[in-house]
Amino acid sequence: MNTSKAMLIDLTVCIGCNSCQEACKKENGLAEGEEKTLSATAYTALEEYDGTYVRRMCQHCVTPTCASVCPVGAFTKTPEGPVLYDESKCIGCRYCMQACPFQVPRYEWGSINPRIQKCKFCASRIKQGLQPACAEACPTGATKFGDRDELIREAYGRIKAAPEKYVDHVYGVEEVGGTSILYVTGVPFERLGFKTEVQRSAMPALTWNALSKIPGVVSVGGMLLFGIWWITNRRTEVQRIEKQQAALKNHSNGEERI
Amino acid sequence: MKTRMQSIMKRIVSGLKVWKVIATLILAAGAVATIERFTRGLGESTHLTDQFPWGLWIGFDILCGVGLAAGGFTLAAIVYVFNVKRFEPVVRPTILTAFLGYLLVIVGLMFDLGRPWQIWHAIIMWNHQSVMFEVAWCVMLYTTVLALEFAPVVLERFQMTRAMKILRTVSIPLIIVGVLLSTLHQSSLGSLYLIVPEKLYGLWYSSYMPLFFYVSAIAVGCAMVIFESCLSSRAFNRGLETHLLSELSRISMVMLAVYATMKIVDLADRSAFSLLFLPRPETYLYWLEITTGIILPIALFSFRKIRESRSGLFFGSTVVILGFIMNRMNISITAMQRWTGTSYFPSWMEIAVTLSIVTVGFIAFSMAAKYLPIFGEETGHPAPIRDQYPLIEDLDVVSQEGAA
Repeated sequence: MNTSKAMLIDLTVCIGCNSCQEACKKENGLAEGEEKTLSATAYTALEEYDGTYVRRMCQHCVTPTCASVCPVGAFTKTPEGPVLYDESKCIGCRYCMQACPFQVPRYEWGSINPRIQKCKFCASRIKQGLQPACAEACPTGATKFGDRDELIREAYGRIKAAPEKYVDHVYGVEEVGGTSILYVTGVPFERLGFKTEVQRSAMPALTWNALSKIPGVVSVGGMLLFGIWWITNRRTEVQRIEKQQAALKNHSNGEERI
Repeated sequence: MKTRMQSIMKRIVSGLKVWKVIATLILAAGAVATIERFTRGLGESTHLTDQFPWGLWIGFDILCGVGLAAGGFTLAAIVYVFNVKRFEPVVRPTILTAFLGYLLVIVGLMFDLGRPWQIWHAIIMWNHQSVMFEVAWCVMLYTTVLALEFAPVVLERFQMTRAMKILRTVSIPLIIVGVLLSTLHQSSLGSLYLIVPEKLYGLWYSSYMPLFFYVSAIAVGCAMVIFESCLSSRAFNRGLETHLLSELSRISMVMLAVYATMKIVDLADRSAFSLLFLPRPETYLYWLEITTGIILPIALFSFRKIRESRSGLFFGSTVVILGFIMNRMNISITAMQRWTGTSYFPSWMEIAVTLSIVTVGFIAFSMAAKYLPIFGEETGHPAPIRDQYPLIEDLDVVSQEGAA
């Protein structure tokens, strides 16, 4: 995880200028025009809560739920950090949308060949050694791109340096097992629409608990069913033979008498 | 006597006419909705949103469809694995119900999937971490198994004895595989929701959901056999296997009792009893579901008189089914609304498609009943099917006896 990239979003610095969304739309060739919520044409959006702006986007989880639930493996977590979606694999079951703990994936509902749409963490730019378009466009430094470990250290550093200014929590360090998008804020997270009740460990373990029991169910269940069949089948067989023998005996007894 | 028969026949015929009109209207609406769905997309035809990506089609067509087909594996296990042969007369209609059920689940899936033409991807693109992957494989494999379990009926109709002989040699392994696949499939539909611990309201979310789905499926599977037998006895003017159905109602009752006990233990485990008394829509829906689908049928079926009467069986099985449908709809829809902060109600097109699928199911069943040897006798009291249509095992016995 050392080379894994991340972004630190400092909500105390964000002025809500929307440069990030503009840059994002340009970079990804999405329909222009300001949008206030995430959509199939807005990979990031600013939500306002009493003067505090919260930038929504895919959190690029360290252990992504979307990648675990997708039946055809259309999502992959790259070592650099981005969680990427491969539309050529997608069958459109929308389990990723249902399962995402942050309600991020959007759908092209109007299309007859719909795709999931979400932030790509500018994976191609990162590969070239550039920072994501939004981070580059941010005029105040509210979005900072870097190594995840370093950014976590920096986030705690900022809180320590100005404890009166920050809530003592870095969102994304532990949430759902960690995310590549980290937040610090002056206003409590629960008042800013953050899902604060999400579990601290990775989500896929929840379904894996059930899935990992399949081999046991199949082998034990199979033997059990076969065993039951063998016993009950044998019993009816024995009954049938006994009946036959009894009938034969009666028959021969009758013959003797004659 | 003759005039009375005639008046009964007349009533049935006029009743059929009303149903025909209703079915035609439903199918017409369904056809319009189908065109809309495939030419203009899910957004135009459904009320699904980014916040609410799964609606009626998943909730009813898939979750209920698969559950209501559970009679198939339950009876196959009773008759062929446990060798309780007296249930044979109801096996064929039940396997038919299950097979049609699964085919219609696939049809429903085709409507709901955004890219249905890529559904085959699950065959070659594997993600063994995904419950949906398990679901996909269970649907594919168990539908195949059901087709093979149903095949003898068709083969027999066209007297293809050689193919029957081949099927006969694999019948027991096939049935065991079918029971295993069903076990996995029924429970995996519950596992689907394990991934949404915060989203799904606390009265329903439980780590035992796979088990809940499985046990309730067996209970409703038995109820479906009763329900379907009552309906076909009326529609095809046949006798009713009351003694068998009453036994099935007891199995259903026992499974519901097991289900209820597990639910209570689970609520205690999670110290969630307080949720039962919060003045919220979820609470009322939960109690309605529990009362209809568990308390009422257990109470009803515990009376021998009700279990052994035609109307008692019909009413009892109906409430089991209604309660089951409420459970799946609550889990997939109503219990999701609070967290997502949206409300969802299906569009008329979603409803039209769902009703059309159900209608097609009814039509297909009656067509099959008409042209294939599904029931033992045309009229009057049921005779064991084996007398008329030797089943796979009977052929076995015959050939063994012949050899001896």
